[in-house]
Amino acid sequence: MNVNVQFREEENILYGMIEGEIDTFTAPALREELEAITIKEKATVELDLSKVTFMDSTGLGVIIAFYKKVLRENANLKLVHLSARLTRLFEITGLSELMDIESTKKVEPANECI
Amino acid sequence: MKELKVQYEKVLLQYLLNQNESNLYIGQNLVRQLMKNNVSPEDLVSIHKQSLENILPDLPETVSISFDFLIEVMIHFGLKIKEHQSLIMRQEEMRIEMEIASKIQNLLLETKIPKPSGLDIGMVSVPVRKMNGDYVHFMHDDGNFFSVAVTDVVGKGVPAALCMSMVKYGLDTLEYANNNPSYVLEVLNRIIEKSVDDSMFVSMFYGRYDLENDIFTFGSAGHEPAFFFNSAEQTFIDLDSKGLLLGVLPEMKYSQNDIHLSENDFIILITDGVTEFKKMANFNSRSYIKELAKSIRHLSAQEMCNKIFEDLNNLQDFSLEDDFTVVIIKKY
Repeated sequence: MNVNVQFREEENILYGMIEGEIDTFTAPALREELEAITIKEKATVELDLSKVTFMDSTGLGVIIAFYKKVLRENANLKLVHLSARLTRLFEITGLSELMDIESTKKVEPANECI
Repeated sequence: MKELKVQYEKVLLQYLLNQNESNLYIGQNLVRQLMKNNVSPEDLVSIHKQSLENILPDLPETVSISFDFLIEVMIHFGLKIKEHQSLIMRQEEMRIEMEIASKIQNLLLETKIPKPSGLDIGMVSVPVRKMNGDYVHFMHDDGNFFSVAVTDVVGKGVPAALCMSMVKYGLDTLEYANNNPSYVLEVLNRIIEKSVDDSMFVSMFYGRYDLENDIFTFGSAGHEPAFFFNSAEQTFIDLDSKGLLLGVLPEMKYSQNDIHLSENDFIILITDGVTEFKKMANFNSRSYIKELAKSIRHLSAQEMCNKIFEDLNNLQDFSLEDDFTVVIIKKY
């Protein structure tokens, strides 16, 4: 399984789309790609995670490193379209308190309550 | 070496006279011997040339020259082989160093399970690779407190092991078991945040047990919530405490909560290797573990840990994808 990321810029917002699994094997490559991105000061970066099928703690590390990089540029990072599973991962780790996170709209609240 | 040259000539002559399988076989064996003596490909061609010139004194000069040409070409093959051999040697050195490092890690991070009175404690911690990214630290001094830390370092292998020793020494420096979990997490966060790179972090569940009053005080830094089983009500409660992973931001504050344990109550502390199954996306592992633990609650804490490991390992077709740690603390 592979992971790839694509960026496009529109009116001062940098949109990124990550696709695939982010685990021990794919994380180093993703990290390199994210490190290579130039972020303008005070820009907004929006990462779409809807096509991330799996993320483990190494993947989380890559996102944290990217978050810190964005902070250093005084820019904003927003994570969007997280699956229920990913949302839980960000909640347990306390990262959802820190980062701007938008879960996917297809959340079924009934399931979450059981 | 001289002997081998003479032998080569003999074998070559035999083959020129009779090209059968057995002569070919003798030749192959001889080449193996030459390789053992570190004869390079270009040396072998040179031996061949000399032998042929001895066997056929009136060999056309162009043939001899063609062998000189081949010798020059073969030098590059020889270099490649040498490179390959030195890589193999380096790989072997690294394997040995890795083995030593993992032995040191095991020695450093060896966890002794304490036996405070009134509590039955069990633990299973199984790494996926040689070095464990999970670590359990117990502390039980002579006082009335006993503490437990369950940690999971992001990443695997050597970087995780180095970070882990830092966690261990941080915890050891705190010395006494009676510290507040919120304080312990704050101190460790500061240490780790200063010392590791941006993508490295640690999740930790820290609990302190007041042996006199049977109060368990816990805090969490981005760790998988623990389970608390209330025996009187036969129900589970998640020991959830919001807190950011250690090592992400400096000066974080952590909260802590208390629960009281009565006879036959127990707490299960785990790492995400116990609940995260890559191949089973929709599997509710937490409910599964609760049901399982409830059904085996009559066993000792250690037996329960063993059973949970066996059962979940079985579910994953015996191929763990993450380090697996479970600790059970039972009040009796």
